[in-house]
Amino acid sequence: MFLYIVRRIFQTIPVMIGVTLAVFLMMHLIPGDAAKIMAGENANPEQIEQMRENLGLNEPLYQQYFSFIGNAVQGDLGNSIRTSRAVTSEIFDSRFWITVQLALVGTVLAVIFGLLAGIISATRKYSFADVSLMVIALFGLSMPNFWLGIMLIYLFSVNLGWFPVAGWGTWEHMILPAITLGTAGAAIIARMTRSSMLEVMDQDYIRTAYAKGVSDKLVIYKHGLRNALIPVVTVVGLQFGTLLGGAVITETVFAVNGLGRLVIDSIRAHDFPMVQGTILVCAVLFVVVNTMVDISYRLLNKRIDLN
Amino acid sequence: MSLTKEESILEVRNLRTSFFTDEGEVKAVDGVDFSIEKGKTLGIVGESGSGKSITSLSILRLLQEPVGRIKEGEVIFKGEDLLKKSKKQMMAIRGNNISMIFQEPMTSLNPTLTCGEQIAESIRIHQKLNKKKAWEKSVEMLKLVGIPSPEKRAKQYPFELSGGMRQRVMIAISLACNPELLIADEPTTALDVTIQAQILELIKKLQEDMGTSLMIITHDLGVVAEMCDKVAVMYCGKVVEYADVKTVFTDPKHPYTIGLLNSVPKHDEDVEGDLAIITGSVPSPFNLPSGCSFAPRCPSAKEICHATLPELAETSDGDKVRCWIYTDQWEKEGEAVSRHE
Ligand SMILES: Nc1ncnc2c1ncn2[C@@H]1O[C@H](COP(=O)(O)OP(=O)(O)O)[C@@H](O)[C@H]1O
Ligand code: SF4
Ligand SMILES: [Mg+2]
Repeated sequence: MFLYIVRRIFQTIPVMIGVTLAVFLMMHLIPGDAAKIMAGENANPEQIEQMRENLGLNEPLYQQYFSFIGNAVQGDLGNSIRTSRAVTSEIFDSRFWITVQLALVGTVLAVIFGLLAGIISATRKYSFADVSLMVIALFGLSMPNFWLGIMLIYLFSVNLGWFPVAGWGTWEHMILPAITLGTAGAAIIARMTRSSMLEVMDQDYIRTAYAKGVSDKLVIYKHGLRNALIPVVTVVGLQFGTLLGGAVITETVFAVNGLGRLVIDSIRAHDFPMVQGTILVCAVLFVVVNTMVDISYRLLNKRIDLN
Repeated sequence: MSLTKEESILEVRNLRTSFFTDEGEVKAVDGVDFSIEKGKTLGIVGESGSGKSITSLSILRLLQEPVGRIKEGEVIFKGEDLLKKSKKQMMAIRGNNISMIFQEPMTSLNPTLTCGEQIAESIRIHQKLNKKKAWEKSVEMLKLVGIPSPEKRAKQYPFELSGGMRQRVMIAISLACNPELLIADEPTTALDVTIQAQILELIKKLQEDMGTSLMIITHDLGVVAEMCDKVAVMYCGKVVEYADVKTVFTDPKHPYTIGLLNSVPKHDEDVEGDLAIITGSVPSPFNLPSGCSFAPRCPSAKEICHATLPELAETSDGDKVRCWIYTDQWEKEGEAVSRHE
C-alpha cells in the first residue's frame, strides 16, 4: 500500500509538467502581442518594451519556461499587473480558502443528498419515491449553474428573505452558493448510487447474507452500500474538480470573492500573470484531489491489491 | 414406506413458484413434493433449468419478490409451515435452523468483509455472542472445515482464497450455528475435479458428526450414489420420480430417469454432452406442453401423455412416479405416438 501511494504521487509529475506547460504557453498562444495588450491601449512603445522586459518575453522560450517553473516552485508566480501585489498573496490571502470552503461544503451537500436519494431510490425501485427522486435528479443535472443560482436568490433571498442575496462571511452566505454548486453533483451521485446499489443487491453475496438471517437493514447498509460505494467514490472525486469549474460562475452570480471571480476579473483586466497563477493553482488542487481519491479508492477496494 | 411426521424434518408439498417477467409467467417450480428424514440425505437431480435452485430458495423464502413468488404449497419444517411464518420468524430460522451453501464460491462471499467477519456475523445474530467470542468461534469453524492456519485465514478477504477454500468458508458459515437442515445447491459444480471430492467428503463427514439432515442438489449421479438416501428427479419444475437411492439405480421407472442413467458416460467410453441418449431439448418455460412435460422427448409417449398431465403416484414398491405407464390407464391406450416438435 505504501509503495502504491509513493508510486501514485510520482505519477503526478508528468501531469504537473503538462499543466505548467499548458499554462505557460497560454501566454504565448493568445493572438497579438501579450506585452502590448497588458500595457494597455494608451501605452507608448517604450512602455510596451519595458513591459516585455519585465515579463522576460525577450528571452528564448525554453528559458522563459524554466524560470517560470523555477519561480513557481519557490512560490513566486509573479506580480499582478492590476494590483502590483504578488500573485500568490492575491490568491492565498483569502480567495483560495473561500473557494475551497465553498467547494467542500458543496461536495459535502452533494454527497449527503446524493447518497440518501440514491439509497432511497434503489431500495424502492420503481416506487413513487424512486421515480420522483430520479426526475428531480435529472432536473438538477440539466440546470445550468447561473440559472439555478439566480432562481435560488429570487426564491429564498428576495421573496422569502431567508438568506442574504450576495456576499460572504457567515454560514448564511454559504448556503445558497453551496446548494447551487452541489446540485449537479448530488444528482450525479444519486444516479450513480442507485445504479451501483441495484447492481450490488443482485449479487450472490447479498443472497448469502439473507440466507444467514441478516436483517434487511443490515443487508442494505453493511453488505450492499459498502460494495456499492466503491464506484461512487471516484465520482465524488471527479465532482470536486467539476465543482471548482462551477465556482467561477457561482461566485460571479453570488458576488463571492473567490478564485473564480478572480479569474474573471483578471481576464477582463488583461492581468495575465494573475490568470496564469490562478489557473495553475486550480490545476494543482485538482491533481492533488484526484490523487487522494485514487488512494482512498484503493484503500476501500482491497481487491485491486492483488494485481 | 410413507414417512410419518416425527421422522421427517422437512416436507415440501405441492410447491409452486413462478417468475412474473415481461414476457410472461415462468413456472419455475410447478408442483414439487418430497420429504427429508432426520439425519438423512435427499438428492435432487435434473438438467439445468429444471427448477432445483428455485425449489431450494423457495424453502428459505429467498426469492426476489415480487418478480419471483411462491404461489401455492406448504413447506413443513419440524411440523410448521414456513410459508406461514413472519419475516422476523424466517430471519431467526435462516442460517440457524436451516442453512444454505451456494453453487458459486467465487461470488457468494462478500468481497469487502474478511472471512472471519462473515462467519462471525451469523454466530452473533443467532447465538448472541459478543464480538470476541464470535470471532473465536469462527476461527474454530475454519479449523473444523480443514483450513490451515485458521487464525491468519480469518483475517483475509475472499479474494485471497482459492475457490475450494472459499467453499470451505461457505461451509463454515452454514454450519456455524449447528443447523438441523443443510441445503447445498450444486456445492462442487464450480470447482476442480480433485477439489470436488474433498468438499463432498467434508460435507458428508460434518453432516454425520453433527447429525444434520442434508438436501443436496446436483446433476452428478455419482454424487447421488455416494451421498444420498433418497432421490427426487426433477424435470420442468416437477418431481417426476421420488425414490430410494438403490431403487433409482437398479429399477428406475420414469423414462426421463432412465434416460439420465443411460447418459452417464461409462468407463472408457466417450459420450459427448450430458444427455446423449435423450433426444430433443427441454421445452421453453414459457410454453410448457399441456400434458406430460417430457412427452415431446419420450420414446414411450402415447396420446394420453400429450393430452393430460400424470399425477405423482405411488407404485407397488413404494416409489413415486409421475408417468402414465405406471397407471391402470396405460393398457387401455393405443400405440406409442411420437410428436417431436
Ligand atoms: N430471476 C428469474 N427470472 C425469471 N426466470 C427465472 C429466474 N430465475 C430462474 N428462472 C427460471 O426458473 C427456472 C428454474 O431455474 P433454476 O431453479 O435455477 O434451475 P436449476 O434446476 O438449474 O437450478 C428456469 O427455467 C429459469 O429460466
Ligand atoms: S407420461 Fe408418457 S410421455 Fe410422460 S414420461 Fe410417461 S410415458 Fe413418457
Ligand atoms: Mg441451479
